[in-house]
Amino acid sequence: MFADRSKYPEIVNGKAVIDLDSGKYLKLWQGPQHPGVTGNMALELTVCGDEVVECKTHVGYLHRGFEKLMERRKFIQNFPIVCRICVPEPDTNEYLYAAAIEELAGIEIPEQAKWLRTLNLEMSRLASFLMWIGGHAGAFGLGPVGQWAVTHRDYMLDLFEEISGGRVYHMYMIPGGVRNILPEGFDRRLENTLQKIEKLLGEIEKVLLDNAVYKMRAKGLGIITKDMIDRYGVVGPIARAAGVKRDVRKDSPYLMYEHLDFEAITGTKSDAYERLLVRYREMFQSIDLIRQIMKHIDGSKNIHTKLPNVLHWKIPAGETYVKAESTRGEYGYYVVTDGSEFPRRVYVRGPSYTHAVALLEDLIVNVNLADVAGLMTSLHTYPPEIER
Amino acid sequence: MQELINRLKSQFKISNVNHQRPDLTFITVNKKLAVALITYLRDFEKFTHLVFLTAVDRIEDNQFQLTYMLHNYDSHRDLGVRVLIDRKKPEMDTIHHLWKQAGTYQRELKEMFGIDFPGSPGVDESFILEGWDNIPPMRRDFDTKKYSEETYFPRPGRESRDPETYMKSKLYPEGDA
Repeated sequence: MFADRSKYPEIVNGKAVIDLDSGKYLKLWQGPQHPGVTGNMALELTVCGDEVVECKTHVGYLHRGFEKLMERRKFIQNFPIVCRICVPEPDTNEYLYAAAIEELAGIEIPEQAKWLRTLNLEMSRLASFLMWIGGHAGAFGLGPVGQWAVTHRDYMLDLFEEISGGRVYHMYMIPGGVRNILPEGFDRRLENTLQKIEKLLGEIEKVLLDNAVYKMRAKGLGIITKDMIDRYGVVGPIARAAGVKRDVRKDSPYLMYEHLDFEAITGTKSDAYERLLVRYREMFQSIDLIRQIMKHIDGSKNIHTKLPNVLHWKIPAGETYVKAESTRGEYGYYVVTDGSEFPRRVYVRGPSYTHAVALLEDLIVNVNLADVAGLMTSLHTYPPEIER
Repeated sequence: MQELINRLKSQFKISNVNHQRPDLTFITVNKKLAVALITYLRDFEKFTHLVFLTAVDRIEDNQFQLTYMLHNYDSHRDLGVRVLIDRKKPEMDTIHHLWKQAGTYQRELKEMFGIDFPGSPGVDESFILEGWDNIPPMRRDFDTKKYSEETYFPRPGRESRDPETYMKSKLYPEGDA
Protein backbone atom coordinates (compact mmCIF):
# COMPACT_ATOMS: atom_id res chain seq x y z
CA MET A 1 0.00 0.00 0.00
CA PHE A 2 2.74 2.42 0.92
CA ALA A 3 5.66 3.15 -1.35
CA ASP A 4 9.00 1.64 -0.46
CA ARG A 5 10.57 4.07 1.99
CA SER A 6 13.68 2.03 2.78
CA LYS A 7 15.95 4.51 0.98
CA TYR A 8 14.73 7.37 3.13
CA PRO A 9 15.95 8.16 6.63
CA GLU A 10 14.69 6.24 9.57
CA ILE A 11 12.29 8.16 11.81
CA VAL A 12 13.12 7.95 15.51
CA ASN A 13 10.91 9.82 18.00
CA GLY A 14 9.29 11.77 15.19
CA LYS A 15 12.60 13.05 13.87
CA ALA A 16 14.52 11.84 10.85
CA VAL A 17 17.96 10.46 11.63
CA ILE A 18 20.25 11.98 9.04
CA ASP A 19 23.84 10.84 8.75
CA LEU A 20 25.48 13.21 6.30
CA ASP A 21 28.60 11.05 6.03
CA SER A 22 26.65 8.11 4.64
CA GLY A 23 26.63 9.67 1.16
CA LYS A 24 22.87 9.22 0.88
CA TYR A 25 22.10 12.87 1.54
CA LEU A 26 23.04 16.11 -0.05
CA LYS A 27 22.99 19.60 1.41
CA LEU A 28 21.56 22.14 -0.99
CA TRP A 29 21.09 25.85 -0.55
CA GLN A 30 18.12 27.46 -2.16
CA GLY A 31 18.78 31.17 -1.98
CA PRO A 32 19.64 33.82 -0.91
CA GLN A 33 19.80 34.54 -4.63
CA HIS A 34 17.38 32.28 -6.41
CA PRO A 35 14.57 33.07 -8.82
CA GLY A 36 12.15 30.96 -6.81
CA VAL A 37 12.77 32.81 -3.57
CA THR A 38 10.71 35.86 -2.73
CA GLY A 39 13.28 38.33 -1.50
CA ASN A 40 16.58 37.40 0.04
CA MET A 41 16.18 34.37 2.22
CA ALA A 42 17.99 31.06 2.18
CA LEU A 43 16.68 27.57 2.67
CA GLU A 44 19.27 25.05 3.77
CA LEU A 45 17.83 21.85 2.39
CA THR A 46 18.94 18.31 3.04
CA VAL A 47 17.78 16.14 0.18
CA CYS A 48 17.62 12.42 -0.32
CA GLY A 49 17.36 11.82 -4.04
CA ASP A 50 14.98 14.58 -5.08
CA GLU A 51 13.05 14.62 -1.84
CA VAL A 52 13.61 17.15 0.92
CA VAL A 53 14.15 15.49 4.30
CA GLU A 54 15.11 18.53 6.34
CA CYS A 55 15.01 22.28 5.98
CA LYS A 56 16.33 25.23 7.88
CA THR A 57 15.40 28.81 7.09
CA HIS A 58 18.22 31.33 7.19
CA VAL A 59 17.42 35.00 7.27
CA GLY A 60 19.57 38.06 7.80
CA TYR A 61 20.41 39.11 4.27
CA LEU A 62 18.05 42.07 4.41
CA HIS A 63 18.47 43.21 7.99
CA ARG A 64 18.57 46.99 8.11
CA GLY A 65 17.74 47.45 11.76
CA PHE A 66 14.56 49.47 11.20
CA GLU A 67 13.34 49.01 14.75
CA LYS A 68 16.60 50.29 16.16
CA LEU A 69 16.71 53.18 13.70
CA MET A 70 13.25 54.27 14.74
CA GLU A 71 14.23 54.54 18.40
CA ARG A 72 16.67 57.31 17.51
CA ARG A 73 14.38 59.33 15.29
CA LYS A 74 11.47 61.67 15.92
CA PHE A 75 7.96 60.49 15.20
CA ILE A 76 7.72 62.34 11.92
CA GLN A 77 11.21 61.24 10.85
CA ASN A 78 10.10 57.63 11.16
CA PHE A 79 7.26 58.12 8.74
CA PRO A 80 9.41 57.77 5.57
CA ILE A 81 11.23 54.79 7.11
CA VAL A 82 8.31 52.50 7.89
CA CYS A 83 7.12 52.01 4.32
CA ARG A 84 10.51 50.54 3.41
CA ILE A 85 9.94 47.53 5.62
CA CYS A 86 7.79 45.81 3.00
CA VAL A 87 8.51 46.63 -0.62
CA PRO A 88 5.52 45.15 -2.47
CA GLU A 89 2.95 46.42 0.01
CA PRO A 90 4.29 49.47 1.85
CA ASP A 91 0.93 51.12 2.55
CA THR A 92 0.00 48.74 5.35
CA ASN A 93 3.12 49.88 7.21
CA GLU A 94 2.32 53.53 6.64
CA TYR A 95 -1.23 53.13 7.82
CA LEU A 96 -0.34 51.14 10.92
CA TYR A 97 2.44 53.45 12.02
CA ALA A 98 0.20 56.47 11.54
CA ALA A 99 -2.73 54.78 13.30
CA ALA A 100 -0.58 53.75 16.28
CA ILE A 101 0.81 57.19 16.96
CA GLU A 102 -2.55 58.86 16.32
CA GLU A 103 -4.05 56.59 18.96
CA LEU A 104 -1.28 57.34 21.46
CA ALA A 105 -1.39 61.08 20.78
CA GLY A 106 -5.21 61.15 20.83
CA ILE A 107 -5.69 62.47 17.30
CA GLU A 108 -8.91 61.86 15.41
CA ILE A 109 -8.60 61.95 11.62
CA PRO A 110 -11.29 63.25 9.22
CA GLU A 111 -13.66 60.75 7.65
CA GLN A 112 -12.55 61.58 4.13
CA ALA A 113 -8.95 60.78 5.08
CA LYS A 114 -10.14 57.39 6.30
CA TRP A 115 -11.79 56.71 2.94
CA LEU A 116 -8.64 57.72 1.09
CA ARG A 117 -6.56 55.46 3.33
CA THR A 118 -8.92 52.56 2.71
CA LEU A 119 -8.67 53.19 -1.02
CA ASN A 120 -4.88 53.14 -0.87
CA LEU A 121 -4.79 49.98 1.20
CA GLU A 122 -7.03 48.15 -1.26
CA MET A 123 -5.05 49.41 -4.26
CA SER A 124 -1.82 48.23 -2.69
CA ARG A 125 -3.42 44.89 -1.88
CA LEU A 126 -4.29 44.44 -5.53
CA ALA A 127 -0.79 45.48 -6.63
CA SER A 128 0.81 43.11 -4.13
CA PHE A 129 -1.39 40.19 -5.24
CA LEU A 130 -0.51 40.89 -8.88
CA MET A 131 3.17 40.69 -8.05
CA TRP A 132 2.59 37.53 -6.03
CA ILE A 133 0.60 35.69 -8.69
CA GLY A 134 3.41 36.37 -11.16
CA GLY A 135 6.01 34.99 -8.79
CA HIS A 136 3.91 31.97 -7.97
CA ALA A 137 3.30 31.13 -11.62
CA GLY A 138 7.00 31.66 -12.30
CA ALA A 139 7.91 29.13 -9.61
CA PHE A 140 5.90 26.56 -11.56
CA GLY A 141 7.53 27.45 -14.86
CA LEU A 142 4.84 29.76 -16.21
CA GLY A 143 6.99 32.81 -16.77
CA PRO A 144 4.63 34.78 -19.05
CA VAL A 145 2.05 35.10 -16.28
CA GLY A 146 4.70 36.90 -14.26
CA GLN A 147 5.38 39.30 -17.10
CA TRP A 148 1.70 40.10 -17.60
CA ALA A 149 1.05 40.49 -13.90
CA VAL A 150 4.04 42.74 -13.28
CA THR A 151 3.01 44.93 -16.23
CA HIS A 152 -0.43 45.33 -14.73
CA ARG A 153 1.09 46.03 -11.34
CA ASP A 154 2.97 48.82 -13.06
CA TYR A 155 -0.35 50.30 -14.23
CA MET A 156 -1.35 50.35 -10.57
CA LEU A 157 1.95 52.00 -9.68
CA ASP A 158 1.18 54.71 -12.25
CA LEU A 159 -1.97 55.46 -10.31
CA PHE A 160 -0.02 55.58 -7.07
CA GLU A 161 2.34 58.01 -8.71
CA GLU A 162 -0.61 60.25 -9.57
CA ILE A 163 -1.86 60.19 -5.98
CA SER A 164 1.37 60.52 -4.08
CA GLY A 165 4.25 61.20 -6.45
CA GLY A 166 5.92 57.91 -5.54
CA ARG A 167 5.60 54.66 -7.41
CA VAL A 168 6.83 52.08 -4.94
CA TYR A 169 6.99 53.95 -1.64
CA HIS A 170 4.08 56.33 -1.42
CA MET A 171 4.49 58.04 1.97
CA TYR A 172 0.88 59.08 1.60
CA MET A 173 -0.77 58.24 4.92
CA ILE A 174 0.96 60.83 7.03
CA PRO A 175 0.00 60.93 10.73
CA GLY A 176 -3.09 63.11 11.00
CA GLY A 177 -4.64 62.13 7.68
CA VAL A 178 -3.40 61.85 4.11
CA ARG A 179 -1.23 64.14 2.03
CA ASN A 180 -3.35 64.82 -1.02
CA ILE A 181 -6.75 64.58 -2.60
CA LEU A 182 -7.13 62.55 -5.79
CA PRO A 183 -6.14 64.34 -9.01
CA GLU A 184 -8.62 65.37 -11.69
CA GLY A 185 -9.94 62.48 -13.77
CA PHE A 186 -8.39 59.88 -11.48
CA ASP A 187 -11.58 57.86 -11.14
CA ARG A 188 -11.73 57.35 -14.92
CA ARG A 189 -8.12 56.22 -15.16
CA LEU A 190 -8.56 53.95 -12.14
CA GLU A 191 -11.61 52.33 -13.73
CA ASN A 192 -9.65 51.80 -16.96
CA THR A 193 -6.87 50.05 -15.06
CA LEU A 194 -9.32 47.93 -13.08
CA GLN A 195 -10.93 46.76 -16.32
CA LYS A 196 -7.52 45.89 -17.72
CA ILE A 197 -6.75 43.88 -14.61
CA GLU A 198 -10.09 42.08 -14.77
CA LYS A 199 -9.31 41.09 -18.34
CA LEU A 200 -5.88 39.90 -17.26
CA LEU A 201 -7.37 37.81 -14.46
CA GLY A 202 -9.61 36.12 -16.99
CA GLU A 203 -6.53 35.18 -18.99
CA ILE A 204 -4.70 34.02 -15.88
CA GLU A 205 -7.60 31.72 -15.14
CA LYS A 206 -7.15 30.02 -18.49
CA VAL A 207 -3.37 29.83 -18.34
CA LEU A 208 -2.77 29.11 -14.68
CA LEU A 209 -5.87 27.90 -12.90
CA ASP A 210 -7.01 25.59 -15.70
CA ASN A 211 -3.51 24.45 -16.51
CA ALA A 212 -3.29 20.65 -16.23
CA VAL A 213 0.39 20.65 -15.29
CA TYR A 214 -0.10 23.31 -12.66
CA LYS A 215 -3.05 21.44 -11.23
CA MET A 216 -1.08 18.21 -11.04
CA ARG A 217 1.75 19.88 -9.19
CA ALA A 218 -0.11 22.28 -6.90
CA LYS A 219 -3.01 20.11 -5.80
CA GLY A 220 -2.03 18.32 -2.62
CA LEU A 221 1.15 20.37 -2.19
CA GLY A 222 1.81 21.75 1.28
CA ILE A 223 -1.41 20.83 3.00
CA ILE A 224 -2.00 22.76 6.23
CA THR A 225 -4.47 21.01 8.47
CA LYS A 226 -6.89 22.90 10.67
CA ASP A 227 -5.14 21.94 13.90
CA MET A 228 -1.91 23.46 12.58
CA ILE A 229 -3.51 26.90 12.25
CA ASP A 230 -3.33 27.79 15.94
CA ARG A 231 -0.24 25.77 16.73
CA TYR A 232 1.80 27.68 14.13
CA GLY A 233 -0.02 31.01 14.34
CA VAL A 234 -1.19 30.88 10.72
CA VAL A 235 -3.16 33.92 9.53
CA GLY A 236 -4.54 35.48 6.39
CA PRO A 237 -5.33 33.74 3.10
CA ILE A 238 -3.43 30.62 4.19
CA ALA A 239 -5.76 30.16 7.16
CA ARG A 240 -8.78 31.04 5.02
CA ALA A 241 -7.79 28.41 2.45
CA ALA A 242 -7.98 25.90 5.30
CA GLY A 243 -11.57 26.97 5.98
CA VAL A 244 -10.77 29.13 9.00
CA LYS A 245 -12.48 32.48 8.60
CA ARG A 246 -9.88 34.97 9.72
CA ASP A 247 -9.84 38.41 8.26
CA VAL A 248 -8.90 41.44 10.34
CA ARG A 249 -11.02 43.60 8.03
CA LYS A 250 -14.07 41.66 9.18
CA ASP A 251 -13.07 40.59 12.71
CA SER A 252 -11.81 43.91 14.03
CA PRO A 253 -12.91 46.45 11.40
CA TYR A 254 -10.59 49.42 11.00
CA LEU A 255 -10.87 52.55 8.85
CA MET A 256 -14.06 52.31 6.77
CA TYR A 257 -14.23 48.55 6.20
CA GLU A 258 -17.38 48.16 8.25
CA HIS A 259 -19.22 50.34 5.70
CA LEU A 260 -18.17 48.15 2.80
CA ASP A 261 -20.03 45.14 1.57
CA PHE A 262 -17.82 42.06 1.39
CA GLU A 263 -17.37 38.60 2.85
CA ALA A 264 -14.18 36.84 3.91
CA ILE A 265 -13.29 34.32 1.21
CA THR A 266 -12.54 30.81 2.38
CA GLY A 267 -11.54 27.52 0.84
CA THR A 268 -11.51 23.96 2.08
CA LYS A 269 -8.68 21.89 0.66
CA SER A 270 -5.82 23.98 2.07
CA ASP A 271 -3.18 23.05 -0.52
CA ALA A 272 -1.15 25.33 -2.78
CA TYR A 273 -3.91 25.30 -5.41
CA GLU A 274 -6.59 26.29 -2.91
CA ARG A 275 -4.43 29.11 -1.62
CA LEU A 276 -4.06 30.40 -5.15
CA LEU A 277 -7.81 30.17 -5.61
CA VAL A 278 -8.50 32.13 -2.41
CA ARG A 279 -6.08 34.87 -3.38
CA TYR A 280 -7.38 34.89 -6.94
CA ARG A 281 -10.91 35.50 -5.67
CA GLU A 282 -9.60 38.12 -3.27
CA MET A 283 -8.21 40.06 -6.19
CA PHE A 284 -11.71 40.34 -7.64
CA GLN A 285 -12.94 41.27 -4.18
CA SER A 286 -10.31 44.00 -3.99
CA ILE A 287 -11.43 45.41 -7.35
CA ASP A 288 -15.00 45.41 -6.12
CA LEU A 289 -13.99 47.15 -2.89
CA ILE A 290 -12.08 49.83 -4.77
CA ARG A 291 -15.21 50.55 -6.82
CA GLN A 292 -17.30 50.74 -3.66
CA ILE A 293 -14.81 53.09 -2.00
CA MET A 294 -14.64 55.41 -5.02
CA LYS A 295 -18.31 56.29 -4.50
CA HIS A 296 -17.41 57.87 -1.15
CA ILE A 297 -14.47 59.95 -2.32
CA ASP A 298 -15.15 63.67 -2.25
CA GLY A 299 -12.35 66.07 -3.07
CA SER A 300 -13.92 69.04 -1.30
CA LYS A 301 -13.73 67.60 2.21
CA ASN A 302 -11.01 68.05 4.81
CA ILE A 303 -8.35 65.33 4.68
CA HIS A 304 -5.91 66.32 7.40
CA THR A 305 -6.11 67.15 11.10
CA LYS A 306 -3.80 69.91 12.20
CA LEU A 307 -0.88 68.43 14.13
CA PRO A 308 1.28 70.14 16.73
CA ASN A 309 4.74 71.22 15.52
CA VAL A 310 6.01 67.85 14.38
CA LEU A 311 9.65 68.74 14.98
CA HIS A 312 8.99 69.02 18.71
CA TRP A 313 6.15 66.55 18.91
CA LYS A 314 6.04 64.78 22.28
CA ILE A 315 3.62 61.90 22.68
CA PRO A 316 2.48 60.87 26.18
CA ALA A 317 3.78 57.60 27.60
CA GLY A 318 1.73 54.59 26.62
CA GLU A 319 1.68 51.46 24.54
CA THR A 320 -0.63 50.12 21.90
CA TYR A 321 -0.98 47.44 19.26
CA VAL A 322 -2.76 48.15 15.99
CA LYS A 323 -3.33 45.66 13.23
CA ALA A 324 -4.57 45.44 9.68
CA GLU A 325 -5.11 42.75 7.08
CA SER A 326 -2.28 42.71 4.58
CA THR A 327 -2.09 40.33 1.64
CA ARG A 328 -0.30 37.82 3.88
CA GLY A 329 -2.59 38.18 6.86
CA GLU A 330 -2.54 40.03 10.14
CA TYR A 331 0.09 42.75 10.10
CA GLY A 332 0.61 44.77 13.25
CA TYR A 333 2.55 47.53 14.93
CA TYR A 334 3.31 47.52 18.63
CA VAL A 335 4.42 50.99 19.65
CA VAL A 336 5.64 51.99 23.11
CA THR A 337 6.19 55.66 23.95
CA ASP A 338 7.77 57.18 27.03
CA GLY A 339 6.68 60.81 26.85
CA SER A 340 9.71 61.98 24.89
CA GLU A 341 10.09 63.07 21.28
CA PHE A 342 11.21 59.58 20.28
CA PRO A 343 9.38 56.25 20.40
CA ARG A 344 10.71 53.87 23.04
CA ARG A 345 10.04 50.80 20.94
CA VAL A 346 8.39 50.07 17.61
CA TYR A 347 7.84 46.40 16.93
CA VAL A 348 6.61 45.24 13.55
CA ARG A 349 4.64 42.02 13.50
CA GLY A 350 4.72 40.51 10.03
CA PRO A 351 2.85 37.33 9.13
CA SER A 352 5.88 35.94 7.27
CA TYR A 353 7.71 35.68 10.58
CA THR A 354 5.79 32.53 11.42
CA HIS A 355 4.95 31.37 7.91
CA ALA A 356 8.49 31.38 6.54
CA VAL A 357 10.31 29.95 9.53
CA ALA A 358 8.35 27.61 11.81
CA LEU A 359 5.64 26.65 9.31
CA LEU A 360 7.76 26.30 6.18
CA GLU A 361 10.43 24.22 7.94
CA ASP A 362 7.86 21.60 8.88
CA LEU A 363 5.76 21.81 5.72
CA ILE A 364 8.65 21.30 3.34
CA VAL A 365 9.62 17.81 4.54
CA ASN A 366 8.91 15.11 1.93
CA VAL A 367 8.30 17.70 -0.78
CA ASN A 368 9.94 17.17 -4.15
CA LEU A 369 12.88 19.51 -4.69
CA ALA A 370 11.26 20.98 -7.81
CA ASP A 371 8.21 22.05 -5.80
CA VAL A 372 10.11 23.82 -3.02
CA ALA A 373 9.92 27.22 -4.72
CA GLY A 374 6.23 26.69 -5.49
CA LEU A 375 5.46 25.78 -1.91
CA MET A 376 7.35 28.77 -0.62
CA THR A 377 5.59 31.23 -2.89
CA SER A 378 2.25 29.64 -2.03
CA LEU A 379 2.90 30.77 1.57
CA HIS A 380 3.50 34.28 0.23
CA THR A 381 6.51 35.12 2.35
CA TYR A 382 8.29 38.47 2.38
CA PRO A 383 11.65 38.20 4.18
CA PRO A 384 11.94 41.92 5.08
CA GLU A 385 9.18 41.59 7.63
CA ILE A 386 11.07 38.75 9.34
CA GLU A 387 14.19 40.81 9.89
CA ARG A 388 12.99 44.42 9.96
CA MET B 1 -13.05 42.08 29.09
CA GLN B 2 -13.52 43.23 32.69
CA GLU B 3 -15.03 39.85 33.58
CA LEU B 4 -11.98 38.09 32.25
CA ILE B 5 -9.70 40.40 34.24
CA ASN B 6 -11.70 39.64 37.40
CA ARG B 7 -11.42 35.91 36.74
CA LEU B 8 -7.68 36.24 36.20
CA LYS B 9 -7.30 38.37 39.34
CA SER B 10 -8.84 35.64 41.47
CA GLN B 11 -6.28 33.09 40.32
CA PHE B 12 -3.14 34.99 39.37
CA LYS B 13 -1.44 38.02 40.79
CA ILE B 14 -1.99 40.51 38.00
CA SER B 15 -1.51 44.24 38.23
CA ASN B 16 -1.32 47.37 36.12
CA VAL B 17 -4.45 46.63 34.06
CA ASN B 18 -4.71 49.08 31.19
CA HIS B 19 -7.74 49.04 28.89
CA GLN B 20 -6.18 50.70 25.87
CA ARG B 21 -9.13 50.09 23.55
CA PRO B 22 -12.34 48.07 23.94
CA ASP B 23 -10.59 45.21 22.13
CA LEU B 24 -7.10 45.64 23.59
CA THR B 25 -6.02 45.27 27.22
CA PHE B 26 -2.60 45.11 28.81
CA ILE B 27 -1.87 43.36 32.11
CA THR B 28 1.32 42.82 34.09
CA VAL B 29 2.09 39.52 35.75
CA ASN B 30 4.82 38.19 37.97
CA LYS B 31 7.64 36.39 36.14
CA LYS B 32 7.06 33.13 38.03
CA LEU B 33 3.36 32.96 37.15
CA ALA B 34 3.67 34.16 33.56
CA VAL B 35 3.87 30.82 31.76
CA ALA B 36 1.09 29.39 33.92
CA LEU B 37 -1.11 32.39 33.10
CA ILE B 38 -0.39 32.16 29.38
CA THR B 39 -1.11 28.42 29.39
CA TYR B 40 -4.37 29.09 31.25
CA LEU B 41 -5.34 31.79 28.76
CA ARG B 42 -4.63 29.48 25.84
CA ASP B 43 -6.36 26.40 27.19
CA PHE B 44 -9.33 27.81 29.10
CA GLU B 45 -9.95 31.35 27.86
CA LYS B 46 -9.55 30.66 24.12
CA PHE B 47 -6.61 33.01 23.62
CA THR B 48 -5.31 30.50 21.12
CA HIS B 49 -3.26 32.78 18.90
CA LEU B 50 0.16 34.09 19.89
CA VAL B 51 0.36 37.30 17.90
CA PHE B 52 3.91 38.15 18.89
CA LEU B 53 6.44 38.08 21.68
CA THR B 54 8.82 40.97 22.04
CA ALA B 55 10.79 42.97 24.58
CA VAL B 56 11.09 46.60 25.59
CA ASP B 57 14.25 47.82 27.28
CA ARG B 58 13.29 49.78 30.41
CA ILE B 59 16.86 50.75 31.12
CA GLU B 60 15.96 53.44 33.66
CA ASP B 61 14.26 50.82 35.90
CA ASN B 62 16.95 48.22 35.17
CA GLN B 63 14.31 45.92 33.69
CA PHE B 64 13.26 44.30 30.46
CA GLN B 65 9.58 44.21 29.68
CA LEU B 66 8.49 41.14 27.75
CA THR B 67 5.17 41.52 25.96
CA TYR B 68 3.22 38.43 24.97
CA MET B 69 0.33 39.46 22.74
CA LEU B 70 -2.48 36.91 22.70
CA HIS B 71 -5.62 36.96 20.60
CA ASN B 72 -9.01 35.41 21.15
CA TYR B 73 -10.68 34.53 17.85
CA ASP B 74 -14.14 34.22 19.39
CA SER B 75 -14.41 37.61 21.03
CA HIS B 76 -11.78 39.18 18.70
CA ARG B 77 -9.88 40.70 21.59
CA ASP B 78 -6.17 41.16 22.14
CA LEU B 79 -4.55 40.74 25.52
CA GLY B 80 -1.01 41.96 26.08
CA VAL B 81 0.70 40.16 28.95
CA ARG B 82 3.63 42.17 30.29
CA VAL B 83 6.36 40.46 32.29
CA LEU B 84 9.12 42.50 33.90
CA ILE B 85 12.44 40.73 34.26
CA ASP B 86 15.72 41.79 35.80
CA ARG B 87 18.07 43.41 33.33
CA LYS B 88 21.18 42.08 35.08
CA LYS B 89 20.11 38.45 34.86
CA PRO B 90 17.78 38.36 31.87
CA GLU B 91 16.23 34.93 31.82
CA MET B 92 12.69 33.74 31.20
CA ASP B 93 10.85 30.45 30.97
CA THR B 94 10.26 29.24 27.44
CA ILE B 95 6.83 28.86 25.83
CA HIS B 96 7.91 26.95 22.72
CA HIS B 97 5.81 23.97 23.86
CA LEU B 98 2.66 26.07 23.55
CA TRP B 99 3.22 27.52 20.08
CA LYS B 100 5.64 26.37 17.43
CA GLN B 101 6.56 29.87 16.32
CA ALA B 102 7.49 30.94 19.86
CA GLY B 103 10.90 29.34 19.38
CA THR B 104 11.72 31.80 16.61
CA TYR B 105 10.68 34.79 18.72
CA GLN B 106 12.81 33.55 21.60
CA ARG B 107 15.77 32.97 19.36
CA GLU B 108 15.53 36.54 18.12
CA LEU B 109 15.15 37.94 21.64
CA LYS B 110 18.25 36.07 22.76
CA GLU B 111 20.22 37.62 19.95
CA MET B 112 18.79 41.14 19.94
CA PHE B 113 18.25 41.71 23.69
CA GLY B 114 20.35 38.97 25.28
CA ILE B 115 17.35 37.49 27.08
CA ASP B 116 17.90 33.78 27.60
CA PHE B 117 15.17 31.18 27.30
CA PRO B 118 16.76 27.94 28.53
CA GLY B 119 15.47 24.87 26.71
CA SER B 120 14.03 26.69 23.72
CA PRO B 121 15.07 24.95 20.47
CA GLY B 122 18.01 26.56 18.73
CA VAL B 123 17.98 29.54 21.09
CA ASP B 124 21.78 29.85 21.03
CA GLU B 125 22.07 29.80 17.24
CA SER B 126 22.41 33.16 15.57
CA PHE B 127 19.23 34.28 13.86
CA ILE B 128 20.17 37.38 11.92
CA LEU B 129 23.57 38.58 13.15
CA GLU B 130 26.16 35.97 12.30
CA GLY B 131 29.41 36.40 14.19
CA TRP B 132 28.24 39.29 16.36
CA ASP B 133 30.64 39.98 19.23
CA ASN B 134 29.29 43.16 20.82
CA ILE B 135 26.50 43.66 23.37
CA PRO B 136 23.05 42.70 22.03
CA PRO B 137 22.20 45.50 19.58
CA MET B 138 18.58 46.21 20.50
CA ARG B 139 19.52 47.18 24.05
CA ARG B 140 19.25 50.88 24.75
CA ASP B 141 22.88 51.20 25.80
CA PHE B 142 24.14 49.97 22.43
CA ASP B 143 25.16 53.07 20.51
CA THR B 144 24.82 52.44 16.77
CA LYS B 145 26.73 55.55 15.76
CA LYS B 146 29.69 54.82 18.02
CA TYR B 147 29.75 51.20 16.86
CA SER B 148 29.84 52.08 13.18
CA GLU B 149 32.53 54.71 13.72
CA GLU B 150 34.71 52.22 15.55
CA THR B 151 34.05 49.24 13.30
CA TYR B 152 34.00 50.60 9.80
CA PHE B 153 36.77 52.48 8.10
CA PRO B 154 35.68 56.10 7.77
CA ARG B 155 35.11 57.06 4.16
CA PRO B 156 35.53 60.64 3.10
CA GLY B 157 32.35 62.22 1.81
CA ARG B 158 31.89 63.32 -1.77
CA GLU B 159 33.52 66.50 -2.84
CA SER B 160 30.92 69.23 -2.61
CA ARG B 161 30.83 72.34 -4.70
CA ASP B 162 28.70 75.40 -4.78
CA PRO B 163 26.31 74.68 -7.69
CA GLU B 164 26.23 78.23 -9.00
CA THR B 165 29.96 78.81 -9.31
CA TYR B 166 30.57 75.24 -10.47
CA MET B 167 28.05 75.46 -13.32
CA LYS B 168 29.39 78.87 -14.29
CA SER B 169 32.93 77.52 -14.51
CA LYS B 170 31.68 74.55 -16.57
CA LEU B 171 29.54 76.52 -18.98
CA TYR B 172 31.80 79.51 -19.37
CA PRO B 173 35.35 78.30 -18.78
CA GLU B 174 36.81 81.55 -20.07
CA GLY B 175 34.78 83.53 -17.58
CA ASP B 176 33.05 85.71 -20.16
CA ALA B 177 29.54 85.36 -18.61
